[in-house]
Amino acid sequence: MPAKPLVRVQVEDFDVAVESARLTEGRRDIGAVVAFTGLCRDEGGRLEALMLEHYPGMAEAEMTRIAEQACSRWPLSGLTVIHRFGEIRPGANIVLVVAASSHRRAAFEAADFLMDYLKTRAPFWKKEIAAGQSDGGWVAAKDADDADAARWQGADDNAPRQP
Amino acid sequence: MKIRYFAWVRERVGADEETVALPDTVATAGDLIAWLSTVDDRHASAFAEPDAIRVAIDQVHVEHDEPIAGAAEIAFFPPMTGG
Repeated sequence: MPAKPLVRVQVEDFDVAVESARLTEGRRDIGAVVAFTGLCRDEGGRLEALMLEHYPGMAEAEMTRIAEQACSRWPLSGLTVIHRFGEIRPGANIVLVVAASSHRRAAFEAADFLMDYLKTRAPFWKKEIAAGQSDGGWVAAKDADDADAARWQGADDNAPRQP
Repeated sequence: MKIRYFAWVRERVGADEETVALPDTVATAGDLIAWLSTVDDRHASAFAEPDAIRVAIDQVHVEHDEPIAGAAEIAFFPPMTGG
């Protein structure tokens, strides 16, 4: 029975420690928790903030589809995925993935997979607000992100590894 | 049919959503993009490069050749840049 992921889309910040503890509390079978946090960079001082736009409803639905894929692909004990929207300043959190499993490989790989797919499939868009409050334009999608996501398709060498 | 726009597609069209009555000739998402680009200058600007446009029908990603019959909501947006 695959783990049921917790997915949230919110303006509010999140707490990595709280979210990790939520997955491990009362459990004795978890041997690995991998938490990935994506933060807003200032791009060498050029960036004042990011405005993150999302597609309400579809964002939650797509993140849930991606998270459920990870839960059926790796033997996870728990999985939490949180993505923020709205104005996010340099140094602040954008996205969190916490994957828990009996063994480390599944937790690492599931978190890596989640981030590759979130970047290319979840309906969020970043607009840069440059220093001086001028409109810095929309962040363009990167081919490298598509290539990262494509790593998980097809070949059996990407199948879940047993501990 | 309800159509929604996001990110720079929304900015170029100048609206986040609109309801349109489609001609019978519009059968697929790609047909709809081609038809929308003829509506006015703003739509023409938004849909000038169809390859840069992603489509969701009822909040599920689809390719441009997907039929739109029966759809309640179609959304157009640029490639995603979340994460």
